Amino acid sequence: MSESWDVVVVGAGIVGAACALECASRGMRTAVIEGRGIGSGATAAGMGHIVVMDDSPAQLALTHYSQTLWQELSKSLPADVEYERCGTLWVACDEEEMQEVRHKSAVYAAAGVATEILDGQMLAEAEPHLRKPLAGALLVPSDAVLYPPCAAGYLMREALRLGAQLFTRKVHSAKAGVVRLDDGTELRATRIVIASGADACDLIPELPIRKRKGHLVITDRYPGFVRHQLVELGYLKSAHSVTSDSVAFNVQPRKTGQILIGSSRQFGAETPEVNDRILASMVERAQWYIPEIGGLSAIRIWTGFRAATPDKLPLIGPWPEDESLFLAAGHEGLGITTSLGTARLLVDHMMGTKTRIPIEPYMPVRFARSVADA
Amino acid sequence: MHELANSVTLTVNDISVTVAAGTTVAAAMLIAGVSTRRSVIGEPRGPLCGMGICFECRATIDGVPHQKSCQILCADGMMVRTL
Repeated sequence: MSESWDVVVVGAGIVGAACALECASRGMRTAVIEGRGIGSGATAAGMGHIVVMDDSPAQLALTHYSQTLWQELSKSLPADVEYERCGTLWVACDEEEMQEVRHKSAVYAAAGVATEILDGQMLAEAEPHLRKPLAGALLVPSDAVLYPPCAAGYLMREALRLGAQLFTRKVHSAKAGVVRLDDGTELRATRIVIASGADACDLIPELPIRKRKGHLVITDRYPGFVRHQLVELGYLKSAHSVTSDSVAFNVQPRKTGQILIGSSRQFGAETPEVNDRILASMVERAQWYIPEIGGLSAIRIWTGFRAATPDKLPLIGPWPEDESLFLAAGHEGLGITTSLGTARLLVDHMMGTKTRIPIEPYMPVRFARSVADA
Repeated sequence: MHELANSVTLTVNDISVTVAAGTTVAAAMLIAGVSTRRSVIGEPRGPLCGMGICFECRATIDGVPHQKSCQILCADGMMVRTL
């Protein structure tokens, strides 16, 4: 016996939950398969920022589009999602980085994202615990933070309320319109959305997704210690150096008063233990920017795995090798931000509706072709 | 009230409290009738284990937040605040 669905979504991290809600809200008969907990993978491990990022025009378009969707949704979010529009300060150490601040401000303005340029004194007033002197910063007031597992939980509950069904099972295989679960159950689906992050490779081995390990530290509650998300301006440089391990200064105030301290990136490290060397250099980096941060009490340290693609853009759209398969995976460090945009783009595309921003830069076919041509 | 021979006086949330030397800050906070801290949703908390394990007794002591008040003895002039 097998059941028949319009859509089966594999994975209920924040991306899968967003896709399930988008499908259910358009009246599709939707099933979601999640073998562990809702939002228990990269969703639970990440920082939870809703940020505009400009590593590429396509990244800027998707993050900006997604941020506007979060803003629309923010009024409906329950308190446990801890959504807070704290803004991001991209911190510049010297005059060279201030030039980058001005450039970044112009790029954001061209995309319709408002920013403010702060000089060193304005920055010191905005964030008194930052080291002095610093050259200044770019403030992106629209950026926000939230608590990702609860955000995924909310999206999933909404999907279920609209009629979606959740199967708490592991997926054995997903192809040719059939999803087979580990207990032998078969779900027939017109469309299968693979939203299981780096685990998508278990179902489609040729996907170009690699795990990129990260470390995070969270402190006890120190309300007001920092007021904005703080990121070093060199972040994109270090975050996207694909060849080596790297750390970059990224600190967030949580609504609870806790401070989240990141970040690190490693390829080729696929076990979850905390690496003391990486942790030490990450904390030293934070301490260079915020000397007093060493006096705070950390309560937890953990690691997680981002689902990284070679061009740092997610895979959104049909998988050309199987007409029933669609992908919503490979969001690396931006899955919380881009979950809503991903879901909207994917479902618009599946329905033949015009997408709000072009979907082409994210279509998986860009990798299928390179495989075929090789 | 009978003046204790070996007493110390400290301030707990602006309340002056005199206790016997050797009294823990957690006990002084109980005497003052204040909670040690407030939870994320604003509920009052107090010492549970009294032996430095449960972290429920954290308070700001002389300006340093998140001190385990059950493990620290009162001192003259100490300033204690609910976290």
